[in-house]
Amino acid sequence: MNFDMSPYGAFIWPAYGLSALLLGSFTLWTIARWRAAKAKLASLEQK
Amino acid sequence: MTPFLALLSRDLRLSVREGGGAALALVFFALVATLVPLGVGSDLALLAKVGSGVLWVGAALAALLSLDRLFQADYEDGSLDLIALSPLSLEGTAAAKILAHWLSIGLPLTLFSPILSVFFGLSAPTVMALTLSLAIGTPAVSAVGAILASLTLSVRRGGLILPLLVLPLLVPVVIFGAGMAVEVQTGLANGAPRFLLAFSLGATLLSPFITAMAVRLNLAG
Amino acid sequence: MFDWLFRYANPARFMGLTTTLLPWLSGAAVLALAAGLYLGFSAPPDYQQGRTVLILFIHVPAAIMSTMVYGCIVVASLFSLVNRHILADVAARTAAPLGAIFTLLALATGSLWGRPMWGVWWVWGDARLTSTLVQFFLYLGYIALWGAIEDETRAARICAVLALVGAVNIPIIKYSVEWWATLHQGESIMSGKLAGVFLTPWLVMMLFYVLLFVCLWLVRIRTMILERRIRSLMQGAS
Repeated sequence: MNFDMSPYGAFIWPAYGLSALLLGSFTLWTIARWRAAKAKLASLEQK
Repeated sequence: MTPFLALLSRDLRLSVREGGGAALALVFFALVATLVPLGVGSDLALLAKVGSGVLWVGAALAALLSLDRLFQADYEDGSLDLIALSPLSLEGTAAAKILAHWLSIGLPLTLFSPILSVFFGLSAPTVMALTLSLAIGTPAVSAVGAILASLTLSVRRGGLILPLLVLPLLVPVVIFGAGMAVEVQTGLANGAPRFLLAFSLGATLLSPFITAMAVRLNLAG
Repeated sequence: MFDWLFRYANPARFMGLTTTLLPWLSGAAVLALAAGLYLGFSAPPDYQQGRTVLILFIHVPAAIMSTMVYGCIVVASLFSLVNRHILADVAARTAAPLGAIFTLLALATGSLWGRPMWGVWWVWGDARLTSTLVQFFLYLGYIALWGAIEDETRAARICAVLALVGAVNIPIIKYSVEWWATLHQGESIMSGKLAGVFLTPWLVMMLFYVLLFVCLWLVRIRTMILERRIRSLMQGAS
């Protein structure tokens, strides 16, 4: 794999970085919300 | 008097009594036409280039001002339920309200535009084309606006969300409306008038049905 | 024709089916991402675009997903209005933020691709980019409307109508923007062309984006179903 981006590195890395950031954090948030709902439902159903 | 005309005249009277009719929209329109040159500079050549577009945007924004009250006022005091029971169909009600909105807002804006064109140094043929484009296009603004106004009639601060919903859908109207004036200004035929006319006809014909559907959805709850 | 769909539209069955599917789908997504990144970064620089062709591997999929997700919302909205099915309501609502993110990424990566190519950060004359901007506003409006209406069932029907009105309008908007772009652009716009050797990385990345969307969408729907159960349990207890 070739990582030499000259002279476009300043554009390529932010593009990949932003995509990773937005998609990654949204994925994490989605999973976190799912886990929270599962836990809450389990605690409610135990009562 | 037919139910349609009764509703129409009632809405027109209400708009004058409670909203000052077109006054707010006209003043807003004039303010936009004043602020843009102040922000952009007094170069009349530049202003003439952007004038039709600026005036079209100003008119579209001004027409949005009274839109949130189109159905919400009647909904909140219960009149909408009574209107829904009247012999006039909901589609007819919607058509009457769209027409009332255009007569009280869109038409005055159209007639006022030649005066504001002076701020941008537009030539006489361009002014005529602009006015005509507004005459054709403002009904579409009222029609599309009515759809979104009826969808949001139960939202208490609906006025804030309404521009966000309406303006993207008005992109074709602004493009073809301003394009029609540009056609005369540059002397190059570009086909804008027929697209504007097609969009306007389609919007005004379809809107009463979609608006009525939205009113029914809101009243059913 | 849609019998099989309605069979799985039962929330309980839906949960069961997705529990089985999700591990495979997410595994496939991770594989696609790894393969796509490897293939993309191994590819030689393009003749015209140099290494900025790499941006196209994440720009084009994002732009396609922007449209595809809206299509999913439209289909869900149709089922919502015609069949009044709760799953359709939830499906439409949960897809929207994803669509907005894809649209935002399409705009940002498009701009980052355009700067080295065209020299400017934004080109109004690119009809696709401008249409994507309008699409972004449509997503924002749709999401805002969902939040503005209190009653959930009513919100679902109203937003369904909004989505359909938007759907009818989108081709008109796209046409008007294209018409406008040909009218006003002076310079010729270089579009992003992907030649043969770049086809595979792009297709694999496209597959990743689709799989990512499907996984996230299904998890969000499942979460909403659970949250509904939670709410009804809490209301029943009080």
